[in-house]
Amino acid sequence: MSDPDVPPSALSGDVTLPAVLRDVEPVRSVRTPIRLEYSVTAGSAAEAYLRAYAEKRIVGHRSPVDGAVFIPPRGVDPRYGQETAEEVELAHTGHVGSFCVTHLPIPGRSDLVPPYVSAWIHLDGSAIGFLGLVAGCANEDVRIGMRVRAVWKPDGELGPTSESILHWEPTGEPDVPFERAGNRAWRAGGPDGRDGRQERGDA
Amino acid sequence: MRDVAVVATAQHQVAALTGTTEVQLMVPLLNAVRDAIGLTQADIGFTCSGSSDFLAGQAFSFVHTLDAVGSVPPICESHVEMDGAFALYEAWVKIQTGAADTALVYGYGKSSPGSLRDVLALQLDPYYVAPLWPTADAVAALQARLLLESGVSGAGELAEIAVRSMRHAVGSPHAVRSSADVTVADVLAEAPVADPLRPSDIAAEADGGCAVVLAAGDLARGLCERPAWIRGIDHRIDAHGLGVRDLTRSPSAAAAAVGAGAGDDRLDFAELHGLYTSQEAILVRELDLDDDLLVNPSGGALAGNTTMAAGLMRIAEAAARISAGEGDRALAHATSGPCLQQNLVCVLEGE
Repeated sequence: MSDPDVPPSALSGDVTLPAVLRDVEPVRSVRTPIRLEYSVTAGSAAEAYLRAYAEKRIVGHRSPVDGAVFIPPRGVDPRYGQETAEEVELAHTGHVGSFCVTHLPIPGRSDLVPPYVSAWIHLDGSAIGFLGLVAGCANEDVRIGMRVRAVWKPDGELGPTSESILHWEPTGEPDVPFERAGNRAWRAGGPDGRDGRQERGDA
Repeated sequence: MRDVAVVATAQHQVAALTGTTEVQLMVPLLNAVRDAIGLTQADIGFTCSGSSDFLAGQAFSFVHTLDAVGSVPPICESHVEMDGAFALYEAWVKIQTGAADTALVYGYGKSSPGSLRDVLALQLDPYYVAPLWPTADAVAALQARLLLESGVSGAGELAEIAVRSMRHAVGSPHAVRSSADVTVADVLAEAPVADPLRPSDIAAEADGGCAVVLAAGDLARGLCERPAWIRGIDHRIDAHGLGVRDLTRSPSAAAAAVGAGAGDDRLDFAELHGLYTSQEAILVRELDLDDDLLVNPSGGALAGNTTMAAGLMRIAEAAARISAGEGDRALAHATSGPCLQQNLVCVLEGE
C-alpha cells in the first residue's frame, strides 16, 4: 500500500503556479474518499452452491439444452441464455485443465507461501472448469491433465464458502490425455454435433 | 431514413428483487420479447444494453448479464452506462446505418442492495460536488425549491402530479406505488424528505428490467400486427455543473422534442421519465405538451423507478399501448444525469 500522505510521484516535482498563487502553499493533491456499502443477495443458484460447501458437497447446474453441467451454477446456460434449475451433485475429483504458478500472496492466506499453483479444475461430470489451488506436490510436477481431488477443511470448519476446499491434491491416477483435457462444453451442439457428455465419456 | 419500429416489449418491476440476480431477472424477459415475435438470438442483428455496475455493487455485472442473452454463436453487442432508452438510440442508429435490420435492447437495475441516493452522488463533479455527498433527493430539492420560489409551479401543482401518477398506476402491472383514493390534501400533509419534496414527490424506487425488439420496414410489419414506428428520436444534453444552469428549465428536453418532431402532429399521450413531480412539471412545459394531454397512463417513472430502465420502460409502455390500439401517436421521454441534465425524446406512431 502506498503512503497516503506522500503525493504520487507525478506530483512530487515543482508545480509552476500563476503569479497570483506564487506565495501560497500549492495544492498538490485532493483526497476524496469514496465508500459505498451493499447488502448483496447471492441469488438462488449461488446461494445453493455456497450452502452446499458447508455440507461438504459441490453442486452445479445442468443445461436443459444439451445436458452440459456448469460450475459454479449461475441459474443460466450462458451459451443460449436459457434458465437452468436442475441441480447436479458433482464428484470431488477431476483434472487440471490449465494452471499457472503464482508469485503473489493471497490476503488472509498466510498459510499459502508463494509461489503456489492456481488452476482450472475440471470436475468429473462438469462441462467447464473453475478456479482452485493445487498443492500436495511440487509445483514443477503440476501439469495439464493431472488428476486431482479436493482437500477439505476439517468438518468443524466447513462453511457456506468455496474456501471450505483448502486446495486440490494429486490422486496418482493416470493423466487425462492433453487433447481431452479442459473445456469441452463449448463444443456441445456445435457444428461438429458432438455432445459435451459423450466427449468426456460421462453417463 | 429507414422506418424502424418497436415490435415487442417485456418488462418486470418490483420494489426489491430478493433471491434473484440481474441475470436471472433478464433471462425470462429476453426470452419473452424474442418468443413474442418468433425470433431467436441468431435472428437479432445487434444487441445493446443500458445498466450501471454501481447499483448492485457488482463489478462487470453488465458483462455477466450477457449470460442471459446467449452468445453462442457470437453476437454483435454494445453497452451504455445510461438508461436503456439511450441504448435504444444506439440500436436505432445501428439500424439506420444498414448494419442491422433487427436489434434487441434492454435495460435493468437492481439498486436495492445499496443506497441509490448515495450512489447517485457519484455522477456529480468528482472534485467539487461529489465529496460533499449530496443525496439525489437533496440535489433535486434544490431544483424544486427554485421552481416554487420563482413562481413557475406551486406546491399544489406538484401534489396534483403525484396524485395523478398514483391513480393512473392503479391496475398498471409494473407500478410499485399506486392509490385510487389519494388526494392532493393527503400529499400536502406528508412531512418533507428534502424540503420542499415530500415522499409522494419522489419516484418510488424499484428493481427491474425492460427488453424491447426493434425491426426495420417490412420486417417489422411481418413480425407484429401493429408496430410502433419511431417517427423521430433525438437526445440532447445540458451542462453538467448544476451552478451554470437555470434549474427551472431543461433546454435539452425542449431541443430533443423539437428534434424528434414531437410538435409536428397531435399526440394521444405521453410517457415521461420524471424522477420527481418537480421534474415532471418542468418537462410538461419544455416538451410543450397540451394541458389536456394524457400524461403517464402507466403512472410513469414516479410510480416505479428502476434506475437504468425507467426511460426504456417509458418507450416500452408507449409502444405497447400503440400496438394494442390504445393510441396512435405518443411521446416517450427518458432522462439521465442530475436535474434533467440529458434528455431523450422518442415519438412513436401506429399505422
